[in-house]
Amino acid sequence: MSRPRLLPYGDRALLLELEDAAEVLAWTDAVGRARLPGVADLVPAARTLLVVTSEDADVSAVRGALAGLEAAPAPVTGPADGREGDGEDDAVVIPVTYDGPDLADVARLTGLDEAEVVRAHTATSWRVAFGGFAPGFGYLVGGDGRLHVPRRDSARTRVPAGAVGLAGEYTGVYPRESPGGWQLIGSTTATMWDLDRDPPALLRPGARVRFRERDG
Amino acid sequence: MSAALLVRAPGPLTLVEDLGRPGQSAIGVGRSGAADRASLRLANRAVGNPEGAAALEVTLGGLEVEVLGGHVWFCVTGAPAPVRVDGRDTGPYTVSAAGPGCVVRLGVPPHGLRSYLAVRGGVDVPPVLGSRSRDVLAGVGPAPLRKGTELPVGAAVGSFPDADVLPLPPADDDVVLAAFRGPRASRVRDADVLVRTAWTASERSDRVGMRLAGGSLPHRPGAPELPSEGAYRGAVQVPPSGEPVLFLADHPVTGGYPVVAVVLDADVDRAAQVRPGQGLRLRWRDPS
Repeated sequence: MSRPRLLPYGDRALLLELEDAAEVLAWTDAVGRARLPGVADLVPAARTLLVVTSEDADVSAVRGALAGLEAAPAPVTGPADGREGDGEDDAVVIPVTYDGPDLADVARLTGLDEAEVVRAHTATSWRVAFGGFAPGFGYLVGGDGRLHVPRRDSARTRVPAGAVGLAGEYTGVYPRESPGGWQLIGSTTATMWDLDRDPPALLRPGARVRFRERDG
Repeated sequence: MSAALLVRAPGPLTLVEDLGRPGQSAIGVGRSGAADRASLRLANRAVGNPEGAAALEVTLGGLEVEVLGGHVWFCVTGAPAPVRVDGRDTGPYTVSAAGPGCVVRLGVPPHGLRSYLAVRGGVDVPPVLGSRSRDVLAGVGPAPLRKGTELPVGAAVGSFPDADVLPLPPADDDVVLAAFRGPRASRVRDADVLVRTAWTASERSDRVGMRLAGGSLPHRPGAPELPSEGAYRGAVQVPPSGEPVLFLADHPVTGGYPVVAVVLDADVDRAAQVRPGQGLRLRWRDPS
């Protein structure tokens, strides 16, 4: 695994630039486990990891500590957290009714028929790469590569909670009603975000996810 | 019975804020907390609270609360709103007492945007994910104050400080914020436009971010779209329109536009006091 490039981010943070989602997961895991003094928060994203320091920490000291770290590669599919086994037991299963308004468009864009889109979405497991769009939202990667589709030309002003969408290399579930530009292929009744639950987010970075088609 | 504050009028926007909830970014919840952390800390110190106790962040005054059930000690910092207790002027930047039935009113501050009213013992609403801060973007934390909201006052800890009058800060008329070049400064044609322009804080500014009007930073053509990256308070993000946004307390956890500069953390507190329509400048600061 290549060394991340360290980019400046003011006097309270550093940005690690990485190759892909797998490296982001690996470095998020490695920096989190190292419990470096002065690190207050980690913000994984598509190709970067933002390391936020605490207010009494010296960014250059954290930079030095990061330079001494190594990260082990984490497979995007397969068992999370390097655990043994087939990895199916610890996956978060999300039941989906594949009735989304963009299912036909996705079939056209991918050259598959609608049933094949559903099979592609459910056949393999995904991993949560990062969050950030809204509390409880996860950008899921590592599924069937044939499902890579662009965002819709125009965003919807209202996407309902539970809508399951595709955009670029990602799939995701809208945790609450919000505007959105993803291609919607289905919907789930799973509660993605609930502040009265511990933890409130159903998904967190590194978690594995399996979509399962609901009948009717 | 322990004391409480009953909201008779919330003003344009009054929120409960402390120093926020760090460490939740991975599930899409940012730190939030007081927009001007230095003023929150000062108000808490003045009444003998831990620096991170929850207080009220009052935007452009207008707050009116009635004290219930006991005596309270309080102090107002940040934007120096006039303070009256039962019609008697007590002023900001001073520690005052108010007994049961007393009404505390904050007028419109002559300058600045956000005042902090700390009460000895802290505002004791239930914490959410470890903090009593309202995050207006994530929709997490205690709802904005409304007429009739009752806020319990916590038990005081520690001894009372000696100073009861604090130095009043001068009006920050000529705001110049120090900034570092950001990780994506090369994504715009000329990042130095940031420090050459006399910016105005746009009316479309809130706790999420302050839009800077008066200039434009066109993107360099031909660069591939930037995937989402982690964001932080003080980041200056430039969308394709070229109009920069300075992220404040409730910024999104990740953003898809290039971060061209990052304002010195301490100066972000001053940025949070800039009123819509007010001018401000940025200047480069060498990396430490």
